[in-house]
Amino acid sequence: MLTAVPISWFLTLSAVLFALGVAGFLFRRNVITVFMSIELMLNAVNLSFITFSYHRQEVNGHLYAFFVMVVAAAEAAVGLAIILTIFKNRGTLNIDEIDSMKK
Amino acid sequence: MQLWLIPVLPLAGFVINGLFGRRFSRSVINAIGVGSVLLSFAWVLKTLFGLGDLHATYSEHYFTWIQSGIVNIGCDFAVDRLTAVMLLVVTGIGSLIHVYSIGYMAHEGGYYRFFAYMNLFMFFMLVLVLASNYLLMFVGWEGVGLCSYLLIGFYFTKQFATNAGNKAFIVNRIGDFGFSLAMFYMVVNFKSLDFSAVFGQAPAASESVLTIIGLLLLVGACGKSAQLPLYVWLPDAMAGPTPVSALIHAATMVTAGVYMTARSWPIYVHAPVAMEAVAVIGTATAFFAATIGLVQNDIKKVFAYSTVSQLGYMFVGVGCGAFSAGIWHLVTHAFFKALLFLGSGSVIHALSGEQDLRNMGGLRKKTPWTFLTMMCAAVAIAGVPPFSGFFSKDAILLAAYHHAPWMYWLGVITAGMTAFYVFRAIFLAFFGEYRGHEHAHESPPVMWIPLAILAVLSLAGGILFKVPEFLTAVFPAAEAPEDNSLMLISVAAGLIGILAAWLVYVARPGMADALAAGLKPLYTALYNKYFVDEIYDATVVKPVVLGSRSVLWKGVDAGLIDGSVNGVGERARNIGAVLRLLQSGNIRSYATWVLFGSVVLIVAMAIASIGAAGGFQ
Repeated sequence: MLTAVPISWFLTLSAVLFALGVAGFLFRRNVITVFMSIELMLNAVNLSFITFSYHRQEVNGHLYAFFVMVVAAAEAAVGLAIILTIFKNRGTLNIDEIDSMKK
Repeated sequence: MQLWLIPVLPLAGFVINGLFGRRFSRSVINAIGVGSVLLSFAWVLKTLFGLGDLHATYSEHYFTWIQSGIVNIGCDFAVDRLTAVMLLVVTGIGSLIHVYSIGYMAHEGGYYRFFAYMNLFMFFMLVLVLASNYLLMFVGWEGVGLCSYLLIGFYFTKQFATNAGNKAFIVNRIGDFGFSLAMFYMVVNFKSLDFSAVFGQAPAASESVLTIIGLLLLVGACGKSAQLPLYVWLPDAMAGPTPVSALIHAATMVTAGVYMTARSWPIYVHAPVAMEAVAVIGTATAFFAATIGLVQNDIKKVFAYSTVSQLGYMFVGVGCGAFSAGIWHLVTHAFFKALLFLGSGSVIHALSGEQDLRNMGGLRKKTPWTFLTMMCAAVAIAGVPPFSGFFSKDAILLAAYHHAPWMYWLGVITAGMTAFYVFRAIFLAFFGEYRGHEHAHESPPVMWIPLAILAVLSLAGGILFKVPEFLTAVFPAAEAPEDNSLMLISVAAGLIGILAAWLVYVARPGMADALAAGLKPLYTALYNKYFVDEIYDATVVKPVVLGSRSVLWKGVDAGLIDGSVNGVGERARNIGAVLRLLQSGNIRSYATWVLFGSVVLIVAMAIASIGAAGGFQ
C-alpha cells in the first residue's frame, strides 16, 4: 500500500495544468505553442481521469485515458499537417495574421 | 306568378347588350334594350291582372340569402297595392323613355353601353320596389345609385360629367350610411329585416327606438331623394344624357326615398318626431329649391331644382300622414316631370345641344309637337284643375294645412313659384324671337310619340287613375276633410305664378333684367344656389381631403403601417449586423467565446447538481 497521497493534490495539479493550458491557448502568438497548450490541456484531463479511477478502484478511467491519448495523437497529426500547409501558403505562424475569414 | 321575371328581363338585356352589344347593329340593340323593358311592362300587366284585387300581399320566396344566428334574410318579392302602383310607374314610364332614347341617342357614341346601363338600372329599381325586406331593398337602393353614377358619367371624356357622377355617388353614400345604421338598429331590436316582421313589432316597440330608426331612414331618403341637406348632387346630375335625367332623376330613382318612407309608415306613425322631421325637411326643401329654380338659365337645371322641390312636396305628404297623397304626387310627378325633361331633350336635340334658355326663343313654330306636349306638362305641374298635378298637390296641401298651417302657406307660395319658373322656361324657349343661331327642327316620331303619351297622362291622369282610393287598403286613413277655400287659394297661387311669368317674359320683355339688376344681392344669391356647393366644399370636402391626405395617407398608411412592416425588416437587419460581428475570423476571439461558454455550462451543471443533492449543508 502506497503512502496515500491525498487525491486533492492530484486534482489540484490537474487543474493547474489545465489552467496553464488554457492560458497558453489564449495568450500565445505562435500556432505551434497553441497546439502544445492543447496537448497540455488533454494531459491534464488524463491525469484527472486516472486519479479518480485509482480512487474508486475502477478500470473505466484508465480506458477513457487511452481514448483521450489516441484522439490527441490523431488530432496532433492532422493539426500539424494543417499548420504546415498554412505556413507554406502564408509564410507566417502568427495566429493573429491568419484572419482571411474576417470581412 | 313568376315575379322574378319582372326584374330579370331587363337584367338579361343588360347582360346581352353589355357583353355583345359592341358587335350588334342598332336595331338589335334596340330590340334587346327596349324590348326587354317593354316585355317587363307587359309581364307587370299580366301579373297584376292575374292577382286581381290585391287586398292581401302576394309574395314569393326564392331562396334563403343570409342565415346567421337569429337573423334570417331571404330573397323575397312581394306585391301589394303600393308595389303595384310603383311597378306600373317604373316599367311604364321606363318603357316610354327607352323608346324615346332610340331617337335621342341616335347620334351619340356608346349606344349599346347606354342601353345596357339603362337596363341594369331597371333591374335594380324593380328589385328595390319588389323587395319584401329592407336588405333586398337596400341592394336595389345601392344598385340604382351605381347606375346613376354610370349614367351621369356616361360622357366619361368630359371632366364635369365624371365629377358629377362622383358627387352623386358620394353624397348618396352618406344617405346609405344612415340607411345601413337603421337596418343594424332594426336587427338589434326586431331580430329581423322583413317588412312583415318589423311592421308587426313596431306598434309594441319603444318610441325612442322607432324614432331613431325613422330618423336614420330619413337620412337615407334625403340622400336618395335629394332633400336638404343632401340635394346637391341632383342639379349636377344633369350632366348625363336627358333620358337619364328623365328616368332616373325625375320619375324613378329619386322617388325611391319617398317609396321607402311610405312603405315604412308603421314605423313613422308610431314615431311622431321622425315623421315631423320628414314633413319639415320636405317643406323646407320644396321652398328652398323653388327659389333657386326661379333664376337658372340652363333649362335642365330649372327642371332639376323643380324635381327637388316636388320631391319635397311628396315628403310633406308622407310626413303629414297623407301617405297616399305623397304616392299620388309621385305618380303624377313622374308623368309631367318626365315629360318636361323629355321635352327639353327634344328642344336640346332640335338645337343641336343648346341648353341655355337665353339662346332659345320662338320655338313654337319650329317644334310644335314639343311645344304642345310641354304646355300640357306645365299646366299639370302648375296645379291647374282638372289636370293631374292639381289633384295630387291639392291632397298634399290639404293634409299639410290640417297638420301645421305654416307648411300649407309655404306650400302655396312654392306652388306659385313652381308655376312661375316652369312657365318662365316655356315662355323663354317657345315664345318671342329666336335668339340663337341653330337650324331648329322637330324631333322624329320615335321621340314625340312618347311625349304625346305622357302629355295625355299628365292631363287626364288625375281623372283616369284614382290612386288614393286604390291605396286606402295599404295606408292608414288621413283625416283631411275637403276644404274648398284652401283648394281655391292654391289654384289661385298657381294661376298668379303663370300670369307673373307671362308678364315678365312675354308682355314686358325687359322686365326680367330690370328686376335682376334691382334686386342684385338676392339675385346673386339665388343664381349661385345660395353658394351651398361652395360652403360644402370649404367646410366638408376640403377638411376631409386634407385629413385623408396628411393624416390617413401620409401619417397612418405611409408612416405607421409601412413603417411597421418595413421596420420589422429593419430590426431583423440590425440584429443580423450585430450578430455578424461574432464571426470575426479571429481565432483568438473564437477561443475566448468557447472558454466563456464552457465556464457557463460547468457552473450551471455545478449548481444543478448541488441543488439536486440538497443544497449547501
